[in-house]
Amino acid sequence: MDSNVSSNNSPGSTSLVSTKIVIAGGFGAGKTTLVSSVSEIPPVSTEAVMTEASREHDDTTVTPDKVTTTVAMDFGRLTLDQELIMYMFGTPGQARFWFMWDDIVRGAVGAVIVVDSRRLADSFDAVDYFEKHQTIPYVVALNKFDGELGYTIEQVREALEIGPGVPIIDFDARDRRSSGGVLTCLLEYALSRPKSGELVG
Amino acid sequence: MSYRRRKGARIRPYTFTGGRTRSRHPLMVQTLVSVADAGATPPTNLLPESQNIYRMCRETRSVAEIAAELKIPMGVTQVLLSDLADQGHVYIHPTITGHSPSENQVLERALRGLERLFQ
Repeated sequence: MDSNVSSNNSPGSTSLVSTKIVIAGGFGAGKTTLVSSVSEIPPVSTEAVMTEASREHDDTTVTPDKVTTTVAMDFGRLTLDQELIMYMFGTPGQARFWFMWDDIVRGAVGAVIVVDSRRLADSFDAVDYFEKHQTIPYVVALNKFDGELGYTIEQVREALEIGPGVPIIDFDARDRRSSGGVLTCLLEYALSRPKSGELVG
Repeated sequence: MSYRRRKGARIRPYTFTGGRTRSRHPLMVQTLVSVADAGATPPTNLLPESQNIYRMCRETRSVAEIAAELKIPMGVTQVLLSDLADQGHVYIHPTITGHSPSENQVLERALRGLERLFQ
């Protein structure tokens, strides 16, 4: 069943639908740069407040699901056709904000993990997260900071223990077309994966 | 650090929501909302924050855009929007997650849109 909030006889603009992809990766890997390159609006930073009951300390490592805190969250927007808008949400890079990821990732069509190939270890957490959440397709985008990669794509796959079917591509986050190509790659991959038809309410 | 920040807050955000922290509608950060009648003025019995949200929804916006523009925390925005939807003031648009095969057509439209933009 469709959600009970959608109505069949609604006029005009109500045919607009939205979708979302997540831009993940380590701190400083180029997530915001990617979003800036492709977004039709300047990237917006907003504060996301966790919705669990109050907790006096900021330490989220012990009980990641019980916390109220405020974290800046970046997003951009792309109008893909007259009735379809796609948002790109960047995840907070710092490890201590990992508990936020579920909120940002929930309902996403897919994710891009931006990797700085000079600092592969910074991507371990992000890869780990999406390898565990198999319902969300992800691709790995190697950001070429100096115009060249330090490793081959297969070396990166091995080092980060990325699953064999997951696309790994290199790109330049500062370049609009190059960044757009990453999003295209993600959508192609998402469409190619068999749907389990899960999440039946 | 967070303690200092909290001391500075004039009103705790969830005062607006009567302490509720969850919305009853499927409002994700990317979910679009709009008012039925773009020319209508906000009902005067609404909270000022809800009136501001109502005005913003004269154009179709996402939950995240409303929260960012009005500087209301995301969770609070979700609860206030959920109330507005309950009262029939705002329409919540469908969100495509791609998790069901029936959504493939929309994903293909998304792909074509990306190809057009970044050819």
